[in-house]
Amino acid sequence: MVQFTLPKNSKIRTGRTWPKPAGKNVRKFQIYRWNPDDGENPRVDTYFVDMDSCGPMVLDALIKIKSEIDPTLTFRRSCREGICGSCAMNIDGINTLACIYGLDEVKGDVKIYPLPHMPVIKDLIPDLTHFYAQHASIMPWLETKTNRPAKEWRQSIEDRKKLDGLYECVMCASCSTSCPSYWWNSDKYLGPAALLHAYRWIIDSRDEATPERLDQLEDPFKLYRCHTIMNCAKTCPKGLNPAKAIAEIKKMMVERVV
Amino acid sequence: MRYLTDRKRAVGKGAAGTGTEHHWQMQVSAVALAFLMPVWVFIFGRALGQGHEAVVATFARPFPAIVTALVLFVSMRHFAKGAQMMIEDYAKGHTRKALVIAAISLSYVVMATGFYALVRIAI
Repeated sequence: MVQFTLPKNSKIRTGRTWPKPAGKNVRKFQIYRWNPDDGENPRVDTYFVDMDSCGPMVLDALIKIKSEIDPTLTFRRSCREGICGSCAMNIDGINTLACIYGLDEVKGDVKIYPLPHMPVIKDLIPDLTHFYAQHASIMPWLETKTNRPAKEWRQSIEDRKKLDGLYECVMCASCSTSCPSYWWNSDKYLGPAALLHAYRWIIDSRDEATPERLDQLEDPFKLYRCHTIMNCAKTCPKGLNPAKAIAEIKKMMVERVV
Repeated sequence: MRYLTDRKRAVGKGAAGTGTEHHWQMQVSAVALAFLMPVWVFIFGRALGQGHEAVVATFARPFPAIVTALVLFVSMRHFAKGAQMMIEDYAKGHTRKALVIAAISLSYVVMATGFYALVRIAI
């Protein structure tokens, strides 16, 4: 059955409060910490950052904390411009990318947690192994049966336009981890990110595996666990709409039957 | 401990090959209920507060009786499918199966009871 309370060893306690620097423009950060090696419960540490010497994004503050206050703070980051999807985390209750989420968008204290309902590796790093494996399972590549053309697989401008709003997904997992259906049934439900990618390949005019792709999704759990809650579309830091992509797949499924 | 690869874990037993039928049935019954329910509520509302004989006379007429029968059938099918989906969301393993059986059985019991009452009134 669904669990409504956290197990004893997962209950979050109040952690360390780091010294407050002098300055007029100081902001309070409350950050989730958990280290698998110390056997302790997760905790929320409090940091204070002088915003006069900090960049405008949440990731800037995290890097500043790691560089100047607490080098043990662990988080993923790479491109710092919303392309790699590494720094996805829950900021002020919203799953988003720390690198493109402005500190001015957060009112009051900045509360930072790892992406919800995923196993945590350490601090703000979720284990995305299953998420990536689900993505791989939808065959995120061009499947063709026709012999390879001499030059290239051609695509009309109109057909290429159909991929807009889909190909931009950076697989940050913000959408899937904001989806209650994915929280409860991520073992079977593919989640918004994988389904958005599935649709991206289904409607690619060059792809010749549409029947196989749809067959693969013909399942009460893999596809139909989506109840149009729309958290995915609301939270996507790239402004994409996975719920619409899922609805389009459902429409295609019905067209095969009726 | 099972040494399954991530991919094997993600794929599981593969697609069941079903799901669209359930989804389509839910859509159809939802649309049907959108038309049936207001009509039935109107019929029921007019009968409400009247004496026993007047109510029996109302539901003995063909149109109210047929609408009531349709509402019973369609709404209970809709309930069974919706409840199944809800149970599948929140329960797992044997509990899931037991609750799904209970929900579907309940829908048939309500349907049968309603039909019995309707037949007794109408005939």
